[in-house]
Amino acid sequence: MTVTPASAATTTATATATTAAPASLAQVVRRHGARADALIEVLHQVQELHGYLPPEALREVATLMRLPLSRVYGVASFYHLFRLEPPTAHRCAVCLGTACFVRGGAQLARRLESRLGVELDDPAGNGTWAVQHVSCLGACGQAPVVVVDGVLVTKLPVDQPEELEERLDAAGLPRPATA
Amino acid sequence: MPVPQPESPARQLRCCGASGCRSAGGDALLAALRTACDADATEGLTIKPVGCLRLCGRGPLVACDGPEGTRLYGAVPPERAADLLAAAREQGAEAGGARAALESHRLDLEHPFFRLQRPVVLETCGQVDPESIDDALAHGAYGQLRRVLAELTPKQVRDEVRRSGLRGRGGAGYPTGLKWDTVALQPPGPRTVVCNADEGDPGAFMDRSVLESDPHRLIEGMAIAAYAVGADRGYVYVRAEYPLAIERLRLALQQARRKGVLGRGIFGSDFSLTIEVRVGAGAYVCGEETALLLSIQGQRGMPRPRPPYPAQSGLWGAPTLINNVETFSAVPAILREGGDWYAAMGTEGSRGTKVFALSGAVRHTGLVEVPMGMPLRTVVEEMGGGVPDGSAVKAVQTGGPSGGCIPEERLDTPVDYESLLQLGSMMGSGGMVVMGETTSMPVVARHFMRFSVNESCGKCVPCRAGTVQLAELLDRFVEHRAEAADLERLEELCGMVRATSLCGLGQAAPNPVLSTLRWFRHEYEAALREPSHCEPPDTCTVGPDGETRGYAP
Repeated sequence: MTVTPASAATTTATATATTAAPASLAQVVRRHGARADALIEVLHQVQELHGYLPPEALREVATLMRLPLSRVYGVASFYHLFRLEPPTAHRCAVCLGTACFVRGGAQLARRLESRLGVELDDPAGNGTWAVQHVSCLGACGQAPVVVVDGVLVTKLPVDQPEELEERLDAAGLPRPATA
Repeated sequence: MPVPQPESPARQLRCCGASGCRSAGGDALLAALRTACDADATEGLTIKPVGCLRLCGRGPLVACDGPEGTRLYGAVPPERAADLLAAAREQGAEAGGARAALESHRLDLEHPFFRLQRPVVLETCGQVDPESIDDALAHGAYGQLRRVLAELTPKQVRDEVRRSGLRGRGGAGYPTGLKWDTVALQPPGPRTVVCNADEGDPGAFMDRSVLESDPHRLIEGMAIAAYAVGADRGYVYVRAEYPLAIERLRLALQQARRKGVLGRGIFGSDFSLTIEVRVGAGAYVCGEETALLLSIQGQRGMPRPRPPYPAQSGLWGAPTLINNVETFSAVPAILREGGDWYAAMGTEGSRGTKVFALSGAVRHTGLVEVPMGMPLRTVVEEMGGGVPDGSAVKAVQTGGPSGGCIPEERLDTPVDYESLLQLGSMMGSGGMVVMGETTSMPVVARHFMRFSVNESCGKCVPCRAGTVQLAELLDRFVEHRAEAADLERLEELCGMVRATSLCGLGQAAPNPVLSTLRWFRHEYEAALREPSHCEPPDTCTVGPDGETRGYAP
């Protein structure tokens, strides 16, 4: 299953697509009949096309939807799931919701930072991997959880370092080069 | 309770296909069961994907139905598929052997976790296939909508809901019947119903489970509400973090339109309704109703002052009824059994049942639906089984970032709207996070304050700047840098942010601080007395045992 702020937009847009996925931005806008209230849905789908929302795409959306660019940029920058910078090739989201927090989500976040050599919530990450926090994925029954490239990994044994490293290996997270 | 039961085959395996169990390997198990079942062409045994079977922490869950009752198995690996099939078939020695092999996976349905549940909203959750409208219809879905359209006036529907005493399940607890009346009695013109499925409180997954388990129940509840208030258009605003819920809701709406349950002239009446899904984009504040309405209209989700309330002026200026997923989903059962039946459950001021998401430092994590007024201790210790290592519960957090921590000595409090408010917490949407002795309360308070800093929309200063200042003050306590004056500043600033913020998010943001100050003040004071001796600061703790689970970047 796929849930992550990094990929949720992608996934929801996939869930939207009852017909074939649109190939161009113009098609995306046309599908919604340029209704101003469809802006968020349009941005979700444009992000799916490009992986993020580049400035020229925002300008094109504004022109095609006949909206001021300020409105389009205002919406794109307001919502956490919209990315205004190109994403790294791989992404990992660590849940710091309350249940994950109680079960060691913070230690897990630190472990991921040192393992990947990244800083939490730095979108550039280490160039290949970036780790960001999310506030709750609704998987509280399986806390603590991370999402690695769209795949939810649950019940990570924070208190058992070796087992934890093995689970992270299995999830596809690379070990530090020195290790 | 008389839930209409379809003529189901005597033997079936119900596999939980909600996202929790899926991530625990539920998909692989379902596939293995189907392959094994095809291989030996078992007759009279149905394998059915269903929604949440409640005990999410032990997934993937499979319920095995037969003439002799139901057995529930947890954490079943796909290799056990053949055993499950044999156990379900119940023939000869083979079944006995398979059952013995599965014994370690067996979960006791007589355990209080299951026994004390009173399913109303969740009555068909885990029974129906969430992707099949035919199965939902066989379980009685849309039966009440049909009856209501044929037999009741909108006013009669509203009276029944008012009699039930149902209050909004999204957090604030506004009386549902009253809200419906307010919308219905606005001057003539178009009206809209909106379902708030932007379940953003960390620790809450009730609405996700309902959407993933029985979306038709929500649609029926919304349709009944639309009829009762005179609306012909509806929106469900779902958070983007719930892709499976969105997928199933969209499928359910499509099926409902095909069956004529939605659209023009529903069930031969002159009532028409269209419902659309709107997907959020990761903004917690959009759970606030005025922000949610702006987001549906494709704008930045920033709250505006009320009045006018959405009931008077909502989507595109029209009177708009906004209720949460659980509120709408309670409506079909209320109409089927009557408002008095619902009101007979629960307490004087809080009628009926409530769904809670139990998680954190508790043995049995998952979804429970219980009558209002059940003592918190029963939910956490009897049903939840207490802290996994057998140590004491320190506190229970309810109400998410707007709520507070209830200390162990107050666990005998009944769970209802007023009692929780008196303790400085709130019902909220239903997340219940159990904390053990290792959790430090100032760290918890900072955790929530950082959440509020991240999620503040920035429109009003008290929330935008106040939460940042509060988070920095809390840093001082967590890092043992606080002075006595900081404690005063903390309380003063909490009062200011609470009194002057524009919307509920800001007004309630100080609650986690105030409630931990009220019940665990000694932990803040300990942070004052002890000199800073920990290096690096982020490993500091003000907890009693040198361990903190708070995040410090």
